[in-house]
Amino acid sequence: MTGLSALFVNEMKLAVKSGGSAMTGVIFFLSLVTIVPFAIGPDLELLSRIGPAILWIGTLLATLLGLDRLFRNDVEDGTFDLHRLSGEPLELIVFVKGVAHFVTTALPLVVSAPLFGLFLNMDGDAILATALTLLIGSPALTFLGAIGAALTVGLSRGGLLLPILILPLTIPVLIFGVAASYAYTDPLLGFRTPVLLLGAMTLFSLVLSPIASAWALRLNSD
Amino acid sequence: MKPDDESELTLHVDGLACRRGSRLLFQNLSFKLTSGHILAITGRNGIGKSSLLRLLCGFLQAEAGSVSLSAADGSLHDLPDYIHYLGHRNALKPALSVHENLDFWRRFSDTPGLAPEEALRAVQLEALANLPAGVLSAGQSRRVAFARLLVSRRPLWLLDEPTAALDKASDQMIGTLISDHVNDGGFVIAATHLPLTLQIEDERRASFDLGDYAAKTAPLSPGVFG
Repeated sequence: MTGLSALFVNEMKLAVKSGGSAMTGVIFFLSLVTIVPFAIGPDLELLSRIGPAILWIGTLLATLLGLDRLFRNDVEDGTFDLHRLSGEPLELIVFVKGVAHFVTTALPLVVSAPLFGLFLNMDGDAILATALTLLIGSPALTFLGAIGAALTVGLSRGGLLLPILILPLTIPVLIFGVAASYAYTDPLLGFRTPVLLLGAMTLFSLVLSPIASAWALRLNSD
Repeated sequence: MKPDDESELTLHVDGLACRRGSRLLFQNLSFKLTSGHILAITGRNGIGKSSLLRLLCGFLQAEAGSVSLSAADGSLHDLPDYIHYLGHRNALKPALSVHENLDFWRRFSDTPGLAPEEALRAVQLEALANLPAGVLSAGQSRRVAFARLLVSRRPLWLLDEPTAALDKASDQMIGTLISDHVNDGGFVIAATHLPLTLQIEDERRASFDLGDYAAKTAPLSPGVFG
């Protein structure tokens, strides 16, 4: 257990020290939110109506952006070999790395989403609902993405393949995340059902992804 | 099962064969190695020295044969838990300082050994402790990777070209570290074509050419070392 907490601390340290992994995602998110009004035109009502969807799409794409690095560096510099000899189950190592990756790349997106909601003329309730659903649903994005990162770790141009593999898997998360965001402000729709499904998908991916990723990494690493 | 320094361990390799892709690299490789001995594996490039080490680590599946680790009382142990692997790559994170790199491996280990400072002193790099690992030269990186073997304790060292990129002085220093480990009851398998400078009695040293087990040759009788 101490080994895994040391790994978590080390992963956080690496994310901070190797520079800008959190900021890259947030800046990409910001640019995406900024260009939407230019494309939509000066229709404030439309903008605030599609706001939750834009924030969700922005988070999804920005999450995918950083995933390529999740396992690649470790496999390329030999660290992964040593992880395998550590005696800790590879699944737990993948889980810890995934959590650290979530905290350093996806959580900053969730935190900045309310600010970007203001750019999209969203009102307080809608911003709150979207931030809440992002917080519940974004771990699923990171952990589903980890499977793609593990599958493409042996490919030199895997960075391009990863989103193609992973985007279809994230569509249910997107659907229920956006649905829950809208349901919060609309009295006719139920908030409970989509948000519970969203939570279920996160829990499901937290369990499934380490197993699938560890399996893919073992295949890729000989 | 945690590594236990006290008991004598024996590595049994029995009829091992390794296939990479469609190519059979070596076959019928059998040997025994006990604590306090060193085995040097030589052979031309591509003969499968690195593959053999990775096979022992459990990273590769053997085509045939078996590998096991037993204690003096006959109990079997989980081999990967006892292995320190020094591969081609040094597993250093360029963004972290040398000290942070070693400190992590010490904390990550279930059997911590020397403090990072002492390990760096052993490889004569204590002055570089606070530099980012990314700025080190190839030889210095290799020495830090070697210091990693000291910050956590494991009896079986698998070394892949341990002294490549090292100057003469460092070569001797690494030779001393390996000798100390073997004389302290550890055991070492080194894949190398550079002769190691060791202070180990001849009867504790063995070597073979992996080329003798190359797939095209007829099966050979097993060698017994240690």
